[in-house]
Amino acid sequence: MQLRIAQAQISPVFGDYAANLARFGELAAQAVDEGCDLLTLPETALSGYFLEGAVIEVARPATTVLADLCASYRAACPAGRPLDVLVGFYELYESNVYNSALYATLSAADEPALLHVHRKVFLPTYGVFDEQRFVARGHRIGAFDTRFGRTAILICEDVWHSMTAAIAALRGARFIHTVSSSPARGFAGEVPWNVGKWLELLQSIAQEHAVFVTHTARVGFENGKGFAGGSAAVAPDGRIMARGPSLGEALLCATLDLDDLSVARANQPLGTDLAEAAGDLATEFADAVREARGEGTWA
Amino acid sequence: MGVRLPVVRGTQPDPADHSVLAVNAALLTDWLVAFLRDEVTVRRPFRTVVVGVSGGVDSAVTAHLCARALDPANVLGVRMPYRTSSPDSLEHAQLVIEGLGIRSVTVDISDAVDGLLRSEPDASPLRRGNVMARMRMIVLFDQAAKHHAIPVGTGNKTERMLGYYTWHGDDAPPVNPLGDLLKTQVRALARHLGVPEAVVAKPPSADLVRGQTDEADIGVAYENADMILHYLLQGYSAARLVEWGFCPADVHVVERRVNQTHWKRHLPATAMISSTAIGESYLRPTDYAPPAALPG
Repeated sequence: MQLRIAQAQISPVFGDYAANLARFGELAAQAVDEGCDLLTLPETALSGYFLEGAVIEVARPATTVLADLCASYRAACPAGRPLDVLVGFYELYESNVYNSALYATLSAADEPALLHVHRKVFLPTYGVFDEQRFVARGHRIGAFDTRFGRTAILICEDVWHSMTAAIAALRGARFIHTVSSSPARGFAGEVPWNVGKWLELLQSIAQEHAVFVTHTARVGFENGKGFAGGSAAVAPDGRIMARGPSLGEALLCATLDLDDLSVARANQPLGTDLAEAAGDLATEFADAVREARGEGTWA
Repeated sequence: MGVRLPVVRGTQPDPADHSVLAVNAALLTDWLVAFLRDEVTVRRPFRTVVVGVSGGVDSAVTAHLCARALDPANVLGVRMPYRTSSPDSLEHAQLVIEGLGIRSVTVDISDAVDGLLRSEPDASPLRRGNVMARMRMIVLFDQAAKHHAIPVGTGNKTERMLGYYTWHGDDAPPVNPLGDLLKTQVRALARHLGVPEAVVAKPPSADLVRGQTDEADIGVAYENADMILHYLLQGYSAARLVEWGFCPADVHVVERRVNQTHWKRHLPATAMISSTAIGESYLRPTDYAPPAALPG
């Protein structure tokens, strides 16, 4: 089985939900034309990222976003076949605002199906970031079934903590789709420093867990902060299948063949080792957490 | 005694290793050009910018970037000499303007400055310099209004961190491409962009007083100040820097200047009375403009 993915490295219109919805329709039409099954958009793709106190004004419930995405898709592709979509947005959920990403299946004929909403767990609140001031923290790293196989979503800093990918892999994810709005820092190398760092992270996750890893990053500027781009699709052996530019929009199209998973897992079965040791590690982890909280260790 | 192993010693940051300040000038140019296009034409409704061209390297680099971002025809270079300004400054500014093919205007600020200071004959050089810097700000904003343009600032990170500028003068323009680049990095960018070597290599000067140089005013060479800033801004202490071999007097000057000028890098302190204080509780980005919910 193959998953043909289209990753939209875009610059959202700042603070304009309606304009970004319309853009989504155009992107969906292009993804369908390219023969793709899944279209991914970056973190906070329906509003832009650095909204500060205005997050409350652009946040929507996932069900509203789903209906709006579906309407936009049907307007752009009246005879469109089923298209899976992954979209980052500020979510209103149980009266709190979250930095979320939804995964859904849209079609012209059938009702849209919301398969999963991931709420960002690690909210950067340092340096240029101030997320925890404005949005609530998610608590779960879930995995869910799609027509292409078990899948997980991580948002930006979620990816920078190795345990999130490990949890997703233990839950059986074959695809880990990541999205970001990552402001570029460090201009000494060929690409901004964080673009290179992201690629290292993606390849490391793919190789450790023998999973497909995609990263859909945004570009464009918000008040002087330029987003780094560098979207990528990485095969389970760490091979880079597609890579976006650091400046400028692009639609990355790649074919993820599930046969590649078994090849990678046969060659380097670290995932099996992790599954076997995970029980012991869970005990160790709980112990370490108690220690870190100053509650002493188990005798 | 047996065979001794070769020893590999760890290293500490080296004050002589200036590679930590290196930039990829080509990548940086593309980035700053994209930034200027976005700030001027996408997030704000302008096509034209106004740049004060002093004859120094910062304004030359800014003018080059603006010309690349917006087309030379959409850049107005403004020369603003005072009667004591160095003739070299005016010539170098003209060199930059002609080299880029941008539009230009010369507004002599002597009458305005002298008129204001006529009743203050004993004003110190510092006061006179501040008046000149603020007069240039008035000229820039006025020229911007005349040409339906937006002023672009030229201040670099070194002078911003050292507080070596006039508050609400040089720092007033709403768009600034160089404000996060140290002077050394601006020079590297200048050479990449093809700024005339006469402009890049000359001793930087605010040119407010005859014979003045930045480095004499500041008390530390820019190269050293930038290295010290590079580490201080990451959170390393002055004591660590001295331990690594930095000149204690230079570190002291830089640290003191940074710590005495935090106020210059902020908007005015406003007495907070409500729970919706602007900039404290009510936080909206500068370019946030949602579609109107009600008919206007």
